[in-house]
Amino acid sequence: MTTDTPELTAPPAAARAGAHRVVRRRRSSHVVSKLTVNLVLLLIAACFVVPLLWVVLAAFNESATLSVTWPDPWSLGNFGAVLDEDTTFRPMLNGFILCGTATLVTIAASVLAAYPLSRYQSRYKRPFLLTILFTTGLPITAIMVPVYGMFVQVDLIDTYMGTILFMATTSLPIAIWLTKNFMDAVPIELEEAAWTDGAAPMQALRRIVLPLMWPGMSVVAIYTFIHLWGNFFVPFILLQSNDNLPASVSIFSFFSQYGQVVYGQLAAYSVIYSLPALLLYLMLSRRLGGAFAFGGAVKG
Amino acid sequence: MSTLTAGTGRGARRAPAPASLLRGLPLAPAVVLLVLFLGYPVVYCIWTAFTDMKLTGASGYEFVGFDNFTRAFTSAEFHQSALLTVAFTVMSAIIGQNVLGMVLALLMRSGHRVVRAIVSAIVIGAWVLPEVVAGYLWTALLGDGGSLNGLLTAVGLPAQNWLFTAPILAVSIANIWRGTAFSMLVYSAALSEVPKEIEEAARVDGAGTWRRLFSVTLPMVRRSIATNLMLITLQTLSVFGLIWTMTRGGPSNQSATLPIYAYQQAFQFGDLGYGTALALVLLLIGGVFSLVYLRALRLGESMS
Repeated sequence: MTTDTPELTAPPAAARAGAHRVVRRRRSSHVVSKLTVNLVLLLIAACFVVPLLWVVLAAFNESATLSVTWPDPWSLGNFGAVLDEDTTFRPMLNGFILCGTATLVTIAASVLAAYPLSRYQSRYKRPFLLTILFTTGLPITAIMVPVYGMFVQVDLIDTYMGTILFMATTSLPIAIWLTKNFMDAVPIELEEAAWTDGAAPMQALRRIVLPLMWPGMSVVAIYTFIHLWGNFFVPFILLQSNDNLPASVSIFSFFSQYGQVVYGQLAAYSVIYSLPALLLYLMLSRRLGGAFAFGGAVKG
Repeated sequence: MSTLTAGTGRGARRAPAPASLLRGLPLAPAVVLLVLFLGYPVVYCIWTAFTDMKLTGASGYEFVGFDNFTRAFTSAEFHQSALLTVAFTVMSAIIGQNVLGMVLALLMRSGHRVVRAIVSAIVIGAWVLPEVVAGYLWTALLGDGGSLNGLLTAVGLPAQNWLFTAPILAVSIANIWRGTAFSMLVYSAALSEVPKEIEEAARVDGAGTWRRLFSVTLPMVRRSIATNLMLITLQTLSVFGLIWTMTRGGPSNQSATLPIYAYQQAFQFGDLGYGTALALVLLLIGGVFSLVYLRALRLGESMS
């Protein structure tokens, strides 16, 4: 519960019985309002689906333009054209290596950091958390210049290690914030038993806290990976050789590479590039019971 | 972090007491990364903002005091850019994503199971798509030969390039489309913790739907609203990829929010000092928004 509203008591039995009567009397108007709710929901969903139509239809249409047209005939030609090593396979693999490793680094660092933040008191905690929260909105584009300079000086430019560490750092603030809030939801009583048995805090974290918060941690992992997967600016600045570039950057070179934009191929490539993020979400959301378990993470 | 002391709050009872330095130790990897890769660049930015450093200039640079800031505050381009940034944030995050997310979360509670699944799949799909792809989708929808124009022409209305006639509105709508899922998820989680009995009690007391919503339900999830508003505001202030893909900030800077304007000044015109000064102003705007949320909703209390 996130509230301190005083009226938080169960209504008296008589009132509840009354409520049931009211509910029954209102059943017919209830059906109408339920129908309205569902229609409004579907209407909103229809608005959300419109922009998606183009990419799906154009991907299967070899003569696609910017306008939505029904593919005639349906063709896999666009996919065939972009599915080669230089356009798709290598950039995708690079993306997985970059974003996957960076996600692991982020998760490891934020779980470690969240433990003291969640379990101990300190007068530095509030300023630290506020700084973290504020850093989530830091425009990364603004600091890329000094980062570029720094990377050139210490010879990290065009290396995966440097890029991975930097990408992990950019997603750390929001990851720490979410992880700390998920960890707060794990009751401390369970650890107290372990502490009494002489377990060190890190053992308690690994054996008791982490197993209880894995749904929360998968949310953080998906969120981090999806954000990094879509990030083009950081690898664009920090990586230089063509062979190193991930998919988020190569989608940009799509235009210059082919001169005249082939919209069908661009759409096909967009579909392929979006798939990992979509699949990751679907896979984990099923295991989490159909919904992103955001409960507890964004309470403040 | 070496002085983390044993606390008295609910989360800190009877924790074993190793040396306080040891306690803070798990923070080290995160702090080292943050200081090295974010702290140092930010400090360097602050320094750069007070110089006339150029991107190409190996020729040295000078400390110029507040010149870059004076230049910004007296420039019409900057005023337009700052206004656009605030308009973009208010329209797409504070009003668009926030309200639409809440409406969806509220409606979902009484929606049919299948409808709920369809709607959340589509809305979240828009959120999961990479920024660049989202940008292309909206360009395809709103651009010159785009679908919306096809539709307008079909019903006999004049077609126009929406990215040219109403660029800031176009990118705002695209950002609402892209970001609403986050607010929806946050609010769905928050609403699921509001006990049904309370709303039912209010109904028995004769409170209408709207009254129940504004006097009972929303106040109970106000913490989530405040945190969500803060997160989406800060994220929207620094949106770059979506706008860049759709309009490149144009036409004639009419969708150049501060991140775009700062990028243009620093990387395209090579004026590093001025560009980073603009980025600092953006940070300050974020700070002002955060303070307002923290003060107005006393969010900070729960963090101590």
